[in-house]
Amino acid sequence: MHLVDDDRNSGTEHGAEATTLLGLATPPDSGYCPPWRLFGIAALARAYPRVAWLFRSRFWLIQETVLPVLAAAGFVYAYRAMQAPLEYGGLVILGAALSTFWLNVLWGMGAQLYWERDAGNLELFVLSPAPLTAILTGMALGGMITTCVRALAITVTGVVLFDVPIRPTSWWLLAGVFLLTLAALYGLGLLFASLFLRWGREAWHLVSLLQEPIYLVSGTNFPLSILPKVIAVLASIIPLTLGMDALRQVAFNMNGVFPLSWEAIALACLTVLYVGTAQFSLKHLERRSREEGKLTLRWQ
Amino acid sequence: MHPDWAIATEELTRTFSKPRRRRGRWGLQWWRKPATENESPRQQNCFQGEDSNSFVALDRVTLQVRRGELFGLLGPNGAGKTTLIKILATLLAPTSGRAWVAGWDVVSHPQAIRPYINMVSGGETSGYGILTVRENLWLFARLYGIPTRLAYQRIDRLLAVVGLEDKAHTRISHLSTGQRQKMNFCRGFITDPMVLFLDEPTLGLDVASARTIRSFIREWLHEHPGRTILLTTHYLAEADELCDRLAIIDQGRLLACDSPAALKRLVQRHPRYSLHLTPGANGWAPLRGMSVIHNLEVIPRVGGVEVQLALRDEGAIGPVVQTLLQQGAQIVNLTKLEPSLEDVFLQLVGRRWEGDDPDGVLAAAQPRTPNVP
Repeated sequence: MHLVDDDRNSGTEHGAEATTLLGLATPPDSGYCPPWRLFGIAALARAYPRVAWLFRSRFWLIQETVLPVLAAAGFVYAYRAMQAPLEYGGLVILGAALSTFWLNVLWGMGAQLYWERDAGNLELFVLSPAPLTAILTGMALGGMITTCVRALAITVTGVVLFDVPIRPTSWWLLAGVFLLTLAALYGLGLLFASLFLRWGREAWHLVSLLQEPIYLVSGTNFPLSILPKVIAVLASIIPLTLGMDALRQVAFNMNGVFPLSWEAIALACLTVLYVGTAQFSLKHLERRSREEGKLTLRWQ
Repeated sequence: MHPDWAIATEELTRTFSKPRRRRGRWGLQWWRKPATENESPRQQNCFQGEDSNSFVALDRVTLQVRRGELFGLLGPNGAGKTTLIKILATLLAPTSGRAWVAGWDVVSHPQAIRPYINMVSGGETSGYGILTVRENLWLFARLYGIPTRLAYQRIDRLLAVVGLEDKAHTRISHLSTGQRQKMNFCRGFITDPMVLFLDEPTLGLDVASARTIRSFIREWLHEHPGRTILLTTHYLAEADELCDRLAIIDQGRLLACDSPAALKRLVQRHPRYSLHLTPGANGWAPLRGMSVIHNLEVIPRVGGVEVQLALRDEGAIGPVVQTLLQQGAQIVNLTKLEPSLEDVFLQLVGRRWEGDDPDGVLAAAQPRTPNVP
């Protein structure tokens, strides 16, 4: 019943048995990979359950695709009834697709850490040598993959059903702005996760409370330019607002609230800001949670 | 910290704050539930902190666990065992005092400790229901950087040990509680940790599975002499059977720490025997005058009389039996009364043990001593 395999100590990369101050052999398992590699391995491992869900959950296509399209259809028909330009239909479909990312950030990144704690996974994540940011990156990665499939399904269905005219100025630009939007959105997700770690159920209520107002101020179903400029500026701290406006400018050649280049720079700045703050905040709040005993306290 | 110690604590204390009560607009306490019998025993018990809004879960615990040792923490529910394990596993910070695991301080160097440790808790519900047993174990192995091939080799071996190989490709949402517990047990060993914390690992397992797991723990330590296990349990038989040394903990305080045999010797300085004599036989009367007998107790029984003796010397049982036979007494049964950990607990804590005996091993193997001298 030997659990220690011979190949553990065979190579310098894997098995170099360093010694600690105590003379204890460094466990070979921790020597398998340098920290950056452990980060990547842990992130991919955590992304796995989400990707597996994509293939094993039978009704996801109905639940995650058909229902949002039905919700968007109401707005598309309203615009048609008002004889609005066809682009307005595209604007609604794009809004429906992007809001799936927003929902994923809120509930799949922020609240997920809360669920992980209740399930007993969080303490195992913290106990492991993998950093918590790697786990969250894995959640983000898994979330992005599943949500991309969902968003793509919504977009394709919308384009086919409602004849939405997507004519981007540049497909590369569209992809660039989309990736920038995702980076900023999931950076905010990391920040939310640290808040959930600290406030648990209270953070849950806060996010629930914010969900609908954010749909409104980010212009999910209408052009952002309709809103007063002050509200648009304030709403720009949410990457969804800027990302949606920028993508609409590129995809439909519409005028945005701000110039495209400004929005791209702002999205990049938000990414750096959110990721940086989240890293600091996660470290700080993990320490506080350890001190207060909240890291392993369930159902609170 | 001594190089031979895998774990050490020094005056380790952990205090928890009770949830704050709601306060009125002007800071006045408008709702207050009086402290009554409605409160849990944990809230009622005497280990309140200096501040009435806090309670002490761990009270100045100092202990050392040697490398290669299987060390047990024995105590009733709410004694502070899990709190201690969580501090050592870097999941909880102590309020005061210090602790070291594998040579590093748990507060200042938690990241340095984590590659060396793993933990399994009884009744754990971790994992993802949508993944299979094998996939779940692989996921947790990857968090330690274990290569996939090696991880699967270990998973298959461990699943065979706990008899779960036929469930390897079953989603964990379809497993029973006991099967999940077995899976969690495997998770703890997959990373081949230097220090393993087992927090009531046999909780919820059937008798056969608990025995398999206990024998695997012994075997694993035998094959990996440098590894250390800290086991908490409220099963006396488990602690007695497995542990090299035991610490008895109650209400956050460490009451005693030694090998099970030494702890038992604490409560029984004189060897004790029980003799069952036939009905009507009163040949025991001359025993009262024997100087080799420290204490004698006669208990009438349905089938005769039971004489319980505490001897000054182990060898004195010969003359005692001889005296009884000379007086015409008929001895139906002669048993040496061994003290149990329950007796140790009773003596140290002053109340009876309330934990369960997982499979009645202790009860069957060791007759209870009603009054330990």
